[in-house]
Amino acid sequence: MTTTRHRVAARMIAALGALSLLAACSGNGGGGSGGDASSYPDQNITIVVPFSAGGPTDTVTRMIAEPMAAKLGGKIVVQNVEGAGGTVGAGEVSQADPDGYTVLMHHIGMSTAPALYKNLDYKPLEDFKMVGLVTEVPMTVVARKDFAPATLQDLVAHVKANADKVTLANAGIGAASHLCGLLFQTAAGVKLQEVPYQGTGPALTDLVGGQVDFMCDQTTNTSGQIAAGKVKAYAVTTPERVKSLPDLPTTAEAGLSQLQVSVWHGLYVPADTPDEIVQKLSEALKVALADQGVIDQMAKLGTAPVPAEDATPQAHRAKLEEQLGTWAKIIADAGVTVS
Amino acid sequence: MELLDNLALGFSTALLVQNVLYCFVGVLLGTAVGVLPGIGPTATVAMLLPITFSFEPVTALIMLAGIYYGAQYGGSTTAILINLPGESSAAVTALDGHEMARQGRAGPALAAAAVGSFIAGTVATVALAVAAPPLASVALRFGPAEYFSLVLFGLIVSIALARGSALKALAMIALGVLLGTVGQDIYTGTPRFVFDQRELYGGINFVSVAVGMFGVAEILRNLENERTRTAIVSTVKNLWPTREDRRRIVGPILRGTGLGAALGILPGGGHVLASFTSYAVEKRISKRQQEFGRGAIEGVAGPESANNAAAQTSFIPLLTLGLPAHPVMALMVGAFIVHGITPGPNVITDEPALFWGLIASMWIGNVLLVLLNLPLVGIWVRMLRIPYQVLFPMIILFAAIGTYSLSFNAYDVYAIAFFGILGYILIKCGCEPAPLLLGFVLGPLLEEHLRRALIISRGDASVFLTRPISAVFLALAVAALVVAVLPTIRKRREIVFAEDESLDEIPNPVPPPSPRAHDDLDELPPRVPPQR
Repeated sequence: MTTTRHRVAARMIAALGALSLLAACSGNGGGGSGGDASSYPDQNITIVVPFSAGGPTDTVTRMIAEPMAAKLGGKIVVQNVEGAGGTVGAGEVSQADPDGYTVLMHHIGMSTAPALYKNLDYKPLEDFKMVGLVTEVPMTVVARKDFAPATLQDLVAHVKANADKVTLANAGIGAASHLCGLLFQTAAGVKLQEVPYQGTGPALTDLVGGQVDFMCDQTTNTSGQIAAGKVKAYAVTTPERVKSLPDLPTTAEAGLSQLQVSVWHGLYVPADTPDEIVQKLSEALKVALADQGVIDQMAKLGTAPVPAEDATPQAHRAKLEEQLGTWAKIIADAGVTVS
Repeated sequence: MELLDNLALGFSTALLVQNVLYCFVGVLLGTAVGVLPGIGPTATVAMLLPITFSFEPVTALIMLAGIYYGAQYGGSTTAILINLPGESSAAVTALDGHEMARQGRAGPALAAAAVGSFIAGTVATVALAVAAPPLASVALRFGPAEYFSLVLFGLIVSIALARGSALKALAMIALGVLLGTVGQDIYTGTPRFVFDQRELYGGINFVSVAVGMFGVAEILRNLENERTRTAIVSTVKNLWPTREDRRRIVGPILRGTGLGAALGILPGGGHVLASFTSYAVEKRISKRQQEFGRGAIEGVAGPESANNAAAQTSFIPLLTLGLPAHPVMALMVGAFIVHGITPGPNVITDEPALFWGLIASMWIGNVLLVLLNLPLVGIWVRMLRIPYQVLFPMIILFAAIGTYSLSFNAYDVYAIAFFGILGYILIKCGCEPAPLLLGFVLGPLLEEHLRRALIISRGDASVFLTRPISAVFLALAVAALVVAVLPTIRKRREIVFAEDESLDEIPNPVPPPSPRAHDDLDELPPRVPPQR
């Protein structure tokens, strides 16, 4: 009497199994053979995002994945390998087969990790080839709504006078908001009490709730709250104003020109990947960045694709070299190390 | 009346054919990923997000929200059937739910979970519609000090989760707290207990601990001998709750709904506490305390309702403030932005059709879920009849695949094996996994908020007492402690030497279902001996 029941149950199990296998395999590009540049790509390409799903880096990656895949004539799968400020995912890609089927999307953290993590198991310039820059997300200096200073210069004066009272939030050690906060303290010549959070969400929640005084974070995270008047915005940290926040002055206009920082994103492959494949990826990236849909979606995030000449391995390498030097100094001066 | 106009607008949006369809797709997918151990709603939503870029914004959000609360429904199924909780809330359901399944009452347990979730979801949606903006401003008054006191209160109340020796329960909580400290310290970045393994910087994955401690340990114990294996293959007694069951779950569902709805609003950890607290409350006020942990239907209905109510009300900070309470919510913020909508306080006024449409869709989604889940109860229960040689390897396989797919970290799979063995050893020592899990979940929250509160106050510990909300929770925590300890002390004095019979049972953590646990079920047919 139980045979039919068995069958039903077995079928359920089989369906469940198929589903879970599907979920597990969807992140797998296949690995193995590959390597033939002329037929590339003949299997799924995996872009590893070393941060959590739904974060700004993940969002940007998923935006460009589809137009890139269309240009390459293959499929791109985005896989989130989180941990240790992006160094777990980056370390994994540095060890991956250099066949172009494993690509890394990383942000400014690529240039700060060597200074923050002493025992890093990869070297950014030696263990990777750069494919091209993707976007530079501006950052904004924002404060709780009822924070006294009215302008960026007021803010600098205020925090200097009240250095023992003011709190500066960030989204965790090594996060873009932490780096921008360090730069702010260097530029303003003051040492403040930092309050780290686990990610931007909780940090912004406490800023809106007035639990902390101010922070510096990407427009992707702050423009909504700025537009709604839930936080006070002082300046944007790029040379030019942001289209989605036209009234917000730049840091240079507001009188703190040393505070220049953007969260730049770039694509990487393992160092031994053939140049032809890097070239193909770079071409696809350029096409994706010129895609009107991508431009529109990025505009909504308060950012824009980099100009075509920056979506190249050369421009990307130059940017990384320059940034590695800059951050090594800032981080050493601030005396921050992670391990 | 304005609310009715708004709801009419909401339903006219949510009842559009494509919206109902994608709401169904969302809750169906949500149920599926909830049922599959390990695969969570976050990964699913992340994978599906790009697909929704081409949808109407409201349709996209309806589907993504459906996945989220659908997963809360589905999560209880594996917890009840095979003791495999995929989320912290489901771990509480597993305590009594799986015990009910062992006694052949998986059907009533699943039905109680589904009905409780439905009622909770419906009521919480009404709360969302009526009072979202004022409730959100309450959430903003919670800073680190308030969260610390709230979590401390929750931890003390939830010690009721333990059913045996208080000393062992405390030891398990401490072990859980210690395990929770593994990983990078968020304040200094210092790696703790990682042994130079970069994969451990993110800490130990909750799913690995839950799957190992509950699921794998349970399987190991089941493999011990034929007699105790009755659990998985015992005769199904009844598929639907009896009249007595129905009477018993009304109170827990209503209390769980209220509790969950209130806690869900707090983005800093409220929804984590919902099911733990509800279980503790039900156990505390129940006249059948001894049944808890041995298949009390109240222990399923209450936490499941609380969990689902919290899942609904956790949309309040997202919809009214644009602040995500959960990684799935963060993904939804991304969805809002991609569709050109700035999540924040302006959504209600700028996009009323979207706001009210989403709320109305949650009600429709809850109806769809109960229609989807109740007929499935019979099929799920039949799964228990699969021969164990087939079932056990499959459970472990799916659990490993699902957990690996969370963040593609092989250490998460090693951790399943480690915690499976640890869980088995602990069961043998008479220690229970639930308090360990509680410490593991709440310990890090406690530390995070304690240190943040002290950083902001520059080390002045008086903030916990000078901030009124925090002080109230601390007072409640002290009261809870006194209430919990007093009767024990009095009892100890009375029966110092009389060994409590429940203590006798602890070394054997799987007491054969005692007649006592069934004395309210005498209308049922007598227990049929195991067939295999």
